Amino acid sequence: MNLLEDILVLDFSQFLSGPSAGLRLADMGARVIKIEKPGTGDICRELYVSDVNIEGESTIFHAINRHKESYAADLKNEDDLVRIKKLIGEADVVMHNFRPGVMERLGLAYEDVRRLNPTVVYAEISGYGDDSPWRNLPGQDLLLQAVSGLTWLSHNDGEMPTPMGVAVVDILAGAHTAQGVLAALYQRSVKNTSALVQVSMFESVLDFQFEVLTCFYNDGEELPQRSRTNGAHAYISAPYGIYKTANGFLALAMADIQQLAALLPCKELEAFTARDEWFTRRDEIKGVLADCLKQNTTEHWLAILQPADIWCAPVHDYETLRRQGGYKALDMEMDVRTSNNILLTTTRCPLRVDGEYLTSPVGAPFLGEHTETINREFSLS
Amino acid sequence: MLEFSQYLSGPSAGLRLADLGARVIKIERPGTGDACRQLAIKNLWAPDGSSLLFHTINRNKESFAANLKNPDDIGLLRQLIEKADVLTHNFRPGVMEKAGLGYEDAKALNPKLIYAEISGYGTSGPWKDLPGQDLLLQALSGLAYTTGNEDDLPVPFGIAVADIICGAHLVQGILGGLIRRQKRGVGAHIEVSLLASLLDFQFELFTTYFASHKLPQRSKTANGHSLLSAPYGVYATADGYLALAMVDLKKLSQGLACKELLMYKQEDAFSLRNEIKELLSLHLREQTSLYWLELLHSYGIWAMPVMTWKEMRAHPAYQSLLMEQKILAGNREIITTRCPIRYNGQRLYNQKAAPQLGGQNQSILSELKTVKA
Repeated sequence: MNLLEDILVLDFSQFLSGPSAGLRLADMGARVIKIEKPGTGDICRELYVSDVNIEGESTIFHAINRHKESYAADLKNEDDLVRIKKLIGEADVVMHNFRPGVMERLGLAYEDVRRLNPTVVYAEISGYGDDSPWRNLPGQDLLLQAVSGLTWLSHNDGEMPTPMGVAVVDILAGAHTAQGVLAALYQRSVKNTSALVQVSMFESVLDFQFEVLTCFYNDGEELPQRSRTNGAHAYISAPYGIYKTANGFLALAMADIQQLAALLPCKELEAFTARDEWFTRRDEIKGVLADCLKQNTTEHWLAILQPADIWCAPVHDYETLRRQGGYKALDMEMDVRTSNNILLTTTRCPLRVDGEYLTSPVGAPFLGEHTETINREFSLS
Repeated sequence: MLEFSQYLSGPSAGLRLADLGARVIKIERPGTGDACRQLAIKNLWAPDGSSLLFHTINRNKESFAANLKNPDDIGLLRQLIEKADVLTHNFRPGVMEKAGLGYEDAKALNPKLIYAEISGYGTSGPWKDLPGQDLLLQALSGLAYTTGNEDDLPVPFGIAVADIICGAHLVQGILGGLIRRQKRGVGAHIEVSLLASLLDFQFELFTTYFASHKLPQRSKTANGHSLLSAPYGVYATADGYLALAMVDLKKLSQGLACKELLMYKQEDAFSLRNEIKELLSLHLREQTSLYWLELLHSYGIWAMPVMTWKEMRAHPAYQSLLMEQKILAGNREIITTRCPIRYNGQRLYNQKAAPQLGGQNQSILSELKTVKA
């Protein structure tokens, strides 16, 4: 039985942040209708990534929007707006990620929508929050990583500020929005009230850094110091990092340096006896370890370290990962098919409910695919 | 909510639910408690002897000390489970079952319970007993090849991203279970693994890889995202750094007064991105960040300065969020962040500090007695 059966979501959002929240709600059983501009639709349809596209649409659009419906409506057209308002009356959730002011001008702000639907859950994602001097700037993932200090946490000292190579701010803002919407739906099921849920990408990327920002706030504003080599976390002692071996790489998490010295074995490590030094002399220790670990293969080191319960792992790319039994056991891949018969392999929802994976074979909709049926179903025209 | 979880993944879910208004009781081992109490980053500690890290993750919670190997304590935990709405744990597979507190046991005590568990790698398969540790998950899941430049070693994210994302997914599953319970009167068994969460996190990259069979390739310089064309990335200027997001090359050549860029057609922005980024790197070094940003913004081009936390904290855009809150841990004031979600226009603050180990044993025991009587 679906967690969110009978929940209808109208999603006005584009790109990744809002639509990733919509995707999670869809996977949990909600019916999600994308409201898209006729002719172009969600700009993400056209966002070509690398040189890979599927019949003219980006692979990422298909990944983000599977299992949704598409309703084409021009929000500047009177008739379309009337239909949309009627549809809002039927919805449980309305979501958007327009810049501040857009929904207000259309007469679709929270207060307007609440008049149409007194128990609506209305969620909006902004880039920087409504009170910000940056409120009208684009809420774009890389730019949020840049202004939030995030780029100073990855990689090594002396390297450029290094962005994380996944759209982490969009994804977190989407995850927080889904949380907010779900909590509001739960409250509604108890108290039958409407709610406004607001998330900004800026707040989401600060929350992401809550552990290390709390250090910064309380240690006299010392900035993070990335390690000179093998950087993995600016606040964690040696050996924490990824090391080159004779034939690949090895990831080493928290470990006792003396235990490592004995196991590997590595004589030069024996000098670092005091635990405090594992942080204060982190760079030296990592240098010594790096020299040691490149002398032999990843398999050799794993065979020594894993039986001793040292936290370590090989480093995979997608190709080698896909061959691992541990990957296959998760059953994470799923095929979806669009009504145009485009077949696509993607990943499933990470949640498992009552022992079942949440999967669906339904691919992303073409633009306006469901306009007619929705018009009929809700008597909109 | 009863939180049997330790470290970050499960407890971050507990923190979010606490901020959303739930009463969260940590179930901790007597003597040591959540292992995170003794895990300090940068050697920072609170006056009670627990780490600042523990205080960051566990504010706004209560603590009940109980030994999973002691039958009397198990009896008390079973009583608590009868009263609870939600239970979370992130033990390795089999630990809760051995204590007689696995899903089936808990369901028998309380059929409406939302039982939510985090594993490292799922509950079956050859990796199920491996330690579910963040960096190892980043290494195993391919994530370390998304960041840094082409010739760099694999570069991990400098944040415990697997734990945090997985905790966020757990919250979603729990809330979904609560919604269904309200309608149908049934409990739920919610499971998520750090690995599944980190694969989901990379879903755009995986879907593209499954379609193309080409491994994501980091660019030679200024890598921002392996799937995106030039100029997407971070560049050094004469006095700092700036980030440039998606923009058409022709528009960018105007915005940067860079005629050489016109040599490249928009269709080449991906295939020739190394050359283009190299050219941009040289060009951007010639002026200051402020100079470029004024120019770029006047053309409506998506660009921002790269800031440190110090610069960010001094900026009105950060201050307008009112993101910080003070909590009192013993006699020490700790500044931390608040919940990122706003409800009905309200920011959610909560000043309650993290609990002492077993700090609420007495009050919880007397509540149990009162309920019984």
